[in-house]
Amino acid sequence: MIIATINGIPVHVAEGTTILEAARQVQVKIPTLCHHPDLPPTAACGICIVKVQGSNKMLRACCTPIEEGMNILTHDPEIVEVRRTVLELILSNHPNDCLKCGRNQSCELQNLAAAFGIREELFPKFISGIPKDDSTNAFVIDPDKCIHCGRCIEICQELQQVWALSFLGRGFSSRFAPAAGMRLVESPCVECGQCSSHCPTGAIFELDETVKVWQKLQDPDNYCVVQIAPSVRVAIGEAFGMPPGTNMTGKLYTVLRRLGFKAVFDTSFAADVTVME
Amino acid sequence: MITKTVLIKDTTPGSTSGTKEFFDVFTAALRESKLADEIRLVRAADIGVYNHGIVLKILPDNITYANVQHHDIKRIIGVTLKHGNPIKDLLYQPRAYQLRLVLKNCGRIDPESIDDYIAHDGYRALSAALQAGPDTVIREITASGLRGRGGGGFPTGLKWSMTRSTPGNEKYMICNADEGDPGAYMDRSVLEGDPHAVIEGMLIAGFAIGASQGYFYIRAEYPLAIERVQKAIDQAHAYGLVGERIFGSDFSMDLEIRLGAGAFVCGEETALIASIEGKRGTPSPRPPYPSVKGLWGKPTCINNVETLANVPSIIRNGSAWFSRIGTENSKGTKVFAVTGKVRNSGLIEVPMGTTLRDIVFEIGGGTASGKRFKAVQTGGPSGGVIPEHLLDTPVDYDNLQKLGSIMGSGGMIVMDEDDCMVDIAKFYLKFCVDESCGKCAPCRIGGYQMLNLLENISRGNATLEDLERLRLIAKAMQKASLCGLGQTAANPVLSTLRYFEDEYREHILNRRCPSKKCTALLQFIIDRSRCKKCGLCARSCPEKAITGDKEHGYTIDTARCINCGMCFETCKFGAVERN
Amino acid sequence: MDQAALETARTIIEKWRPKKGNLIMILHDVQDAFGYIPPDIARYLARTLHIPLARIYEVLTFYHYFKLQPPGKYKISVCMGTACYLKGSPSLLQELKNILNVEEGQTTKDGMFYLESVRCLGCCGLSPALAVNETVHGTLTKSDVIDIVSQYAKEA
Ligand SMILES: Cc1cc2nc3c(=O)[nH]c(=O)nc-3n(C[C@H](O)[C@H](O)[C@H](O)COP(=O)(O)O)c2cc1C
Ligand code: SF4
Ligand code: SF4
Ligand code: FES
Ligand code: FES
Repeated sequence: MIIATINGIPVHVAEGTTILEAARQVQVKIPTLCHHPDLPPTAACGICIVKVQGSNKMLRACCTPIEEGMNILTHDPEIVEVRRTVLELILSNHPNDCLKCGRNQSCELQNLAAAFGIREELFPKFISGIPKDDSTNAFVIDPDKCIHCGRCIEICQELQQVWALSFLGRGFSSRFAPAAGMRLVESPCVECGQCSSHCPTGAIFELDETVKVWQKLQDPDNYCVVQIAPSVRVAIGEAFGMPPGTNMTGKLYTVLRRLGFKAVFDTSFAADVTVME
Repeated sequence: MITKTVLIKDTTPGSTSGTKEFFDVFTAALRESKLADEIRLVRAADIGVYNHGIVLKILPDNITYANVQHHDIKRIIGVTLKHGNPIKDLLYQPRAYQLRLVLKNCGRIDPESIDDYIAHDGYRALSAALQAGPDTVIREITASGLRGRGGGGFPTGLKWSMTRSTPGNEKYMICNADEGDPGAYMDRSVLEGDPHAVIEGMLIAGFAIGASQGYFYIRAEYPLAIERVQKAIDQAHAYGLVGERIFGSDFSMDLEIRLGAGAFVCGEETALIASIEGKRGTPSPRPPYPSVKGLWGKPTCINNVETLANVPSIIRNGSAWFSRIGTENSKGTKVFAVTGKVRNSGLIEVPMGTTLRDIVFEIGGGTASGKRFKAVQTGGPSGGVIPEHLLDTPVDYDNLQKLGSIMGSGGMIVMDEDDCMVDIAKFYLKFCVDESCGKCAPCRIGGYQMLNLLENISRGNATLEDLERLRLIAKAMQKASLCGLGQTAANPVLSTLRYFEDEYREHILNRRCPSKKCTALLQFIIDRSRCKKCGLCARSCPEKAITGDKEHGYTIDTARCINCGMCFETCKFGAVERN
Repeated sequence: MDQAALETARTIIEKWRPKKGNLIMILHDVQDAFGYIPPDIARYLARTLHIPLARIYEVLTFYHYFKLQPPGKYKISVCMGTACYLKGSPSLLQELKNILNVEEGQTTKDGMFYLESVRCLGCCGLSPALAVNETVHGTLTKSDVIDIVSQYAKEA
């Protein structure tokens, strides 16, 4: 057990607990950006910095284990100023594309900018202008929106062991890209979707074909059918504010019908057949 | 017949013509003493003594007099020139500024011969260490006060004992020979000149921490150093000094070389480890420190070349001997590569606590051009500039840090009045931007934005608010960057701002570069009175901005001029002026 | 990939296979043998060493020492170390760019010259300096540059 304080509040935590986790336990919120609870910290963004009283160095809360007797300070004018500058720097390297971005309103960078009340740009924009990669039918990669948090690469290389994604180059011109700079479709990518579901911004996003579907549905010459994957019935509820895991099979069928699909198929039917055989 | 020659040189900084009058007085005095036919006076270009007023060197007696005044001439003629006797109070007495401990063998022994090294006390320290045991070795190194020479100045003994005390039967020792500071070559010289000393230091360190494997991480750009170290390892292996059961003891340790590949950040410990592991050299957060979780997750100790080269002599001569040299908190000597606008550029080794003035003016001989000294830069891209009025500072880790610079690995660059501080800041920052690994946002983007601001300043496109922006980014980089590169990258900017803010303001407010370095702010015009109407400049101008003919002379159309400076360099008559 | 190249690569791999942390050393040896890292060889390394291609390329593009393009016959390395910078090496570089009509990191069309800037050749006493392959030319002025280039062009 380690005893320390955070903003004067005593905390008792197990050895190895990070400052960030310890702060959460006593309801102190330290802003973060690159950190993701499922993944080991990459320590890339520098937003989560805090001070230890008696030292003027700043530590990264997301990856620094709290030590016995530490008195952590999470907010003071200097810390907030540094955090804000870092955020402004990140924004200066990110396009103002929110209106057209798939991650609009679910973007962690956007949320952070809102939380800091960013209204103006302090620094000129430098965007590399690397073209998008939509070579697969699964994702669109937009390197300009990447904030180099490293989550997708950690997942793709270490957790999934697929090694489709990597960082190439270094410094300001470093970029995340499929292996050896090829297009995603030529890379070992298996389209597992883990990268896109962990990307904090719109840099990796599922290919969105909603508009195409609407067009087909409205075209009288088309006979539109739909098939849903087994997981969708229990996953979709969350998007409508239901408790996770709510079974929505019936509602889902109805909705798809109302949208205009002439027939609704369910993958679980085929699964059942397979099981019966 | 000529019997003696007297070389004369005025070595007062900045003076160029001082000897004329002295020369005339001397000539007259010689004539008076009827020696004019026997003694030849020569106004020398360089005598090898600097900043000591008028200096005379009398040949063939080889007597050198310093700070000679007009009224000394009579004595010199009477005592020395007539009778060949020296005059004590005039004799130039070079002070022993340098103390060569690390460089002791460099140039004195054959670096490719282990026998030569052994004949110079080599490997005696290793043998003594093996007998004394690891704890005694660590105690000695701790007591000596040796601090890391790689830049950080971390106490070496403490580092060793931390690595030793981490449990584990597999540990690694690494010698950091990545020497990334551009314009510095201390470590290279030691590796090339005395490789066995570093190997001996490695083995002692490995023994102390309990390592069985050691790596030299050497820049690939140093082929000779790599070759010499490999040869030295092979020789030591053949003698049973590297490998199994060294000196017949229980201690076994192998040494291998791993090469860098052109990435400055790999000098940082965690990045270096990643690089040896065959990954991108990006730093990782510390803790865990390498002493706990280093190479392949095992406890690892990393020391700089020069640090390790100090170890054998400390073990041989004892910690008390070593700790007598230097200052309170910085013991021993430091090797510097003194370069730039200095007269004697080269490697020097001085006791800690030597003043910058002694280094620059006594050892370095002041500026090569005789122009006014402006600043000296230490610590390379992580360091800062130190202006004239602080030159009496004794060099040690803490003093340099207080001045906004750092000791660094030992680069020392002398700058004169032709060097623009905005340009210098830009140079170092550009280096860090090129070398940033790109992992963390403050360094990756902050450096780039700062460089852009500096570029605007040097082009006269900036406002005073931009200075505030520079400071803001600098602060964010220092506090929120992950590794030492980003945390210190702003130092050259901050220190030039601290001591030379006027120069920045001059660029911003008056769009003028006082050192005439920032070409975008210069204006080129042709001085009609000096122009010989040859037309060379007009032909050299890539923009055809110079018009005129051989009859009427030439003029520069400032609207078309792109400030490339071609005409300025081409004109043989100095008729093109830069303002 | 021709047989000889494959054989060279195989020898390099076998030399390093038993060692830990060998990737960068292997890449060094490959570059020494071929002058750069040919893409075929990179793929061959990935297959034989069971290292993901993504790892090999993330490493290759991180370290500036490794070249992905074949170098020219003569590699001109202009020193941009501090001492050389102060004494005017940027103008040498600019002059070379003008003469050779290439940018840094590029090879001339005829494959003759490759131009790069490097940090400190370790002969700051001769600043400003540049090296052509391994030969150092020191204490240069802008006007020396054309002579050096034409000297090598003639030799070729
Ligand atoms: C960006 C960066 C570059 C560094 N480069 C070097 C280097 O080239 N050589 C070196 O010995 N130490 C370098 N260091 C310092 C090392 O990380 C490390 O502190 C040192 O090698 C430890 O050895 P010492 O305690 O003997 O000094 C560098 C540090 C940073 C942050
Ligand atoms: S693509 Fe997304 S997840 Fe991957 S590094 Fe960039 S911001 Fe992070
Ligand atoms: S400070 Fe710079 S070099 Fe260090 S980790 Fe961050 S980006 Fe990389
Ligand atoms: S959240 Fe800690 S560094 Fe990004
Ligand atoms: S700076 Fe050019 S050789 Fe050192």
